[in-house]
Amino acid sequence: MFGTVFASLNEGFLVTLALFGVTLLGALPLGLVISFGSMSKFTPLKGVCRVLVWIFRGSPLLLQLMIIFYVPGKLGHNIWGFQNGRFWAAAAAFIINYACYFSEIYRGGIESIPRGQTEAGLVLGMTKGQIFFKVKLMQLVRRIVPPMSNEIITLVKDTSLANIIALTEVIWAGDRFMKKGLVWPLFFTGVYYLAFNGVLTIFFGWVEKKLSYYRV
Amino acid sequence: MAMLEVSHLEKHFGETEVLKDINFSLEKGQSLAIIGSSGSGKTTLLRCLNFLESPDSGTIHVDGQLLLDGGVKTKTSDREVRKKRLRFGLVFQNFNLFPQYTALENVMLASQLLARERPDYKQRKKEIFAEIRANAENLLAQVGLKDRMGNYPDQLSGGQQQRVAIARALALKPDILCFDEPTSALDPELTGEVLKVIRALAEQHMTMIIVTHEMAFARDVADEIIFMDGGVIVERGPAHQVIEHPREERTRHFLAHYSAS
Ligand SMILES: Nc1ncnc2c1ncn2[C@@H]1O[C@H](COP(=O)(O)OP(=O)(O)O)[C@@H](O)[C@H]1O
Ligand SMILES: [Mg+2]
Repeated sequence: MFGTVFASLNEGFLVTLALFGVTLLGALPLGLVISFGSMSKFTPLKGVCRVLVWIFRGSPLLLQLMIIFYVPGKLGHNIWGFQNGRFWAAAAAFIINYACYFSEIYRGGIESIPRGQTEAGLVLGMTKGQIFFKVKLMQLVRRIVPPMSNEIITLVKDTSLANIIALTEVIWAGDRFMKKGLVWPLFFTGVYYLAFNGVLTIFFGWVEKKLSYYRV
Repeated sequence: MAMLEVSHLEKHFGETEVLKDINFSLEKGQSLAIIGSSGSGKTTLLRCLNFLESPDSGTIHVDGQLLLDGGVKTKTSDREVRKKRLRFGLVFQNFNLFPQYTALENVMLASQLLARERPDYKQRKKEIFAEIRANAENLLAQVGLKDRMGNYPDQLSGGQQQRVAIARALALKPDILCFDEPTSALDPELTGEVLKVIRALAEQHMTMIIVTHEMAFARDVADEIIFMDGGVIVERGPAHQVIEHPREERTRHFLAHYSAS
């Protein structure tokens, strides 16, 4: 009994982890791109990016999931019809949604770096790219680790929303036992989240400590 | 021939005319102090020289070579601008050191990045980096920070940070080094150590433009002084003369607020 439950929950949790990992891989860089867009001097691009962020941060992720998964099919383009289609639909929604949140964190971080840092770099003959990667990036990372770790811990829990499009993540696995009359597996899924977030909290604490070798 | 020749430089910010027909030249090895009340355009002038602002009109020649013509609005490539601005160095009022790097790393960083563009970079990387390091260590020793090289900016006093910033600017061997009120952000007891470093540079005949409110320092160290007011050069002359016997009423009025002794 235990064996089957655990096997099934573990399988679900792997899906949760995969969604979590894919979301980070996609949203961390995409968020940076969106943040550059929303700080662009080119007004149309800036406008598009800011509206995008407003839409994805301003509406429920649950709703975004449902729209991204169901609407194409209703319009006659079943783009998620392939194997693992549900997973990639969920991943698409999570990546865009989280990229929008991350972009605002990046933007706050970049805008909080004093203009003098860029000017010092320019006067020293650095290129814009060098100034970003060699001067600002490290300061940016430091400023964004605390808000990022909050967002990432929220992401762990948010993956359960993919339940709504019947993605077989861990809560979905627990819920299946519930439907057969076995209650505890569903509650036990909480342990997975707690354990994983515990690990992440320790990890981010360590990163923050590593980065605090200098003060700003 | 003058090292630096600035002609008819003009700069507006919207409606405000911040620099009006600025003309001056500077000989190699000379230092020029610029004095004037706040808002008179001193910072803007230095920023134009360092390509942080683009003037509306006027020209800047260095060593007879036309670096900038404000009237010509052609797009110069980033690469060219970078090459041109390296003729100048700029030391900021609030240092602008990079907080995540040690004093030594702050001084080495730009040189290391520039070295990548050298044709012999790949073959001689080790040697080049050793040279850069030796040069940076020398400069830090020269500004009296031999034993603080491994410190991060936040572990240094303001005066020490500004001396690192001077070493950082010197590392790129600029033809003309500009200072924008290098001691204004410092506690009074720390200004001396920074002024001493600048004085030593003057003695080594570094070509410099120093914006400062330290009148006694300007008088003793600079060869010439320019007094600016409202975006124009009101008076220019040998340092002692401008401070001790100003010709213009506005200069006299300004200096009355300072007792240069
Ligand atoms: N980026 C800017 N935009 C608008 N006005 C500016 C800007 N920078 C400077 N100014 C104005 O230009 C004038 C000269 O400023 P500045 O060159 O900083 O003078 P100083 O260094 O002599 O105090 C001031 O009136 C200031 O308000
Ligand atoms: Mg100023």
